[in-house]
Amino acid sequence: MAQHNDVVNNLYKSKEYFERSIWDMGWDEVIPGAAVYSFEGEIEHTVVNTLPEDRNVAETNSMNKYVGDWRVLKPVWNADLCIDCQNCWIFCPDTSIISRNKEMVGIDYNHCKGCGICSDVCPTNPKSLVMFNEQIANEDALNQWPEKKKKGEK
Amino acid sequence: MAQNKKIMELNEVEVWDGNYANASALRQAGVDVVAAYPITPSTGTVENYASFHANGYVDGEVVIVESEHAAMSGCVGAAAAGARVATATASQGLALMIEVLYQASGMRMPIVLCLVNRALASPLNVNGDHSDLYLTSQSGWISLDACNPQEAYDLTLCAFRIGEHKDVRLPVISNQDGFMTSHTAQNVKPLSDEVAGAFVGEYLEVNSLLNFDKPVTHGVQTESDWHMEHKAKQHDAMVKASKVIEEVFEEFEKISGRKYNLVETYKTDDADVVIVCLGTTYETAQIAADNMREQGIKAGVLMPRVFRPTQVALLAEKLQNVKAVVCMDRSAPGGQLGQLFQDISAALINTPARPLMSNKIYGLGGRDMTVLELEDIYKEAASDVKNGKLSGAIQEWIGVRGSELKYYNVEGK
Repeated sequence: MAQHNDVVNNLYKSKEYFERSIWDMGWDEVIPGAAVYSFEGEIEHTVVNTLPEDRNVAETNSMNKYVGDWRVLKPVWNADLCIDCQNCWIFCPDTSIISRNKEMVGIDYNHCKGCGICSDVCPTNPKSLVMFNEQIANEDALNQWPEKKKKGEK
Repeated sequence: MAQNKKIMELNEVEVWDGNYANASALRQAGVDVVAAYPITPSTGTVENYASFHANGYVDGEVVIVESEHAAMSGCVGAAAAGARVATATASQGLALMIEVLYQASGMRMPIVLCLVNRALASPLNVNGDHSDLYLTSQSGWISLDACNPQEAYDLTLCAFRIGEHKDVRLPVISNQDGFMTSHTAQNVKPLSDEVAGAFVGEYLEVNSLLNFDKPVTHGVQTESDWHMEHKAKQHDAMVKASKVIEEVFEEFEKISGRKYNLVETYKTDDADVVIVCLGTTYETAQIAADNMREQGIKAGVLMPRVFRPTQVALLAEKLQNVKAVVCMDRSAPGGQLGQLFQDISAALINTPARPLMSNKIYGLGGRDMTVLELEDIYKEAASDVKNGKLSGAIQEWIGVRGSELKYYNVEGK
């Protein structure tokens, strides 16, 4: 997928990435009380200034939990139409719209649940984010993009 | 927190009831948060503690909540945040907070609960029995039992050290009998605030929510993927806690001169007949045992000081040469044999010892248990030993109006 670039990919780390994956642990290695860490080791409170893909997230961080299969409709992003207004980024109830330096980068399909709010709040005409069935490839979706709406057309 | 700024001067011997003893131990432990709801007979614990707080002797917070469920929930939240936490309750209050007891132990929060044992309704009853104590038996809480205000004070102090130990990290219940201990003022030799504070020590924070350098989530959900591993780890910590409990008891003896054991025994070494019981009955039974020994019956008493984790090996060891064991359960058994009977039988079942095992249900809802009745129990057990079998049934209700009440007539040897 064209927009599924490295930034988005780097947000999701598989079991192989971690030196000691939780999936290799026995009962005596789990954290007492089923406490779940967000980051590997200690962090500075200034971690908010570090980009998500550069943070040393723990395997148990929900960032590494794939929930893309909750979705049957997916938002497809049309870079040619996008004006980088950041509306979708603001309104996404998850953090699945990825934007860097106020420029749209792509959609985090590992965490997007397909609610459609991003498409709803997109102000361009035609919309730069359109909901398509999950089974349609993004390339095909871009080829069947809706036409520009006329004044007064719903 | 370890010690409050304002010191309370105490006499070498104070006259305290069990509730005041609890409250004093909580004050000296420097508890950060007490979230509690009043219920007889444990109200005095919180009332006295709140009075200390109002008079400036407590630097921590007292949170008055809307129910016992909220009380324990508040305790779990405060403990997860990184605070030393305690509360008190009894009976229905414990029943209402039972859901959250499991949360606390599963989340490995070292909360201290002063449980003042009282009967569970219905019929409604404010007096003492061990229904609430037994209700906690599988909740994953370490459970210590006191016979008098001195022991309640001592064990509540020890509870912090045990639960907060890095290898334990489990909540601890400090039990005492409702009214018999909680409302009976007796001599108590307290430690000074300095000595008690130093004994309990600084609170060791583990995975505190308020540690912003290591963000952590508590109270997570697991399904078939991880639930069993976490329960295994929790059970392992519980079983191995016995070693830490022993160490804490040893250290406490050094500063107080008072020695506690995982299993308390009175003249059991050469005993033929032994009564196993909890709480105040342990003291009454000692008088009966002495009287019996004057009459030639080798009587002894055993009390699991640490009710949970169950001291399987130790219980078996202490009862190895006994000929008859009478397990006295002060809780309506609900169609089964009493909890102590089950625990003791289970401890002995794979050992060479084959004592006659019987179960007495007694003292429900505050019904008195006298020396005379205990002597009768010893005499019956001694006669059973002579006959080589139980005189009827395994379970008998004693001290109840009406005709004889016996159950489970299983033919023995």
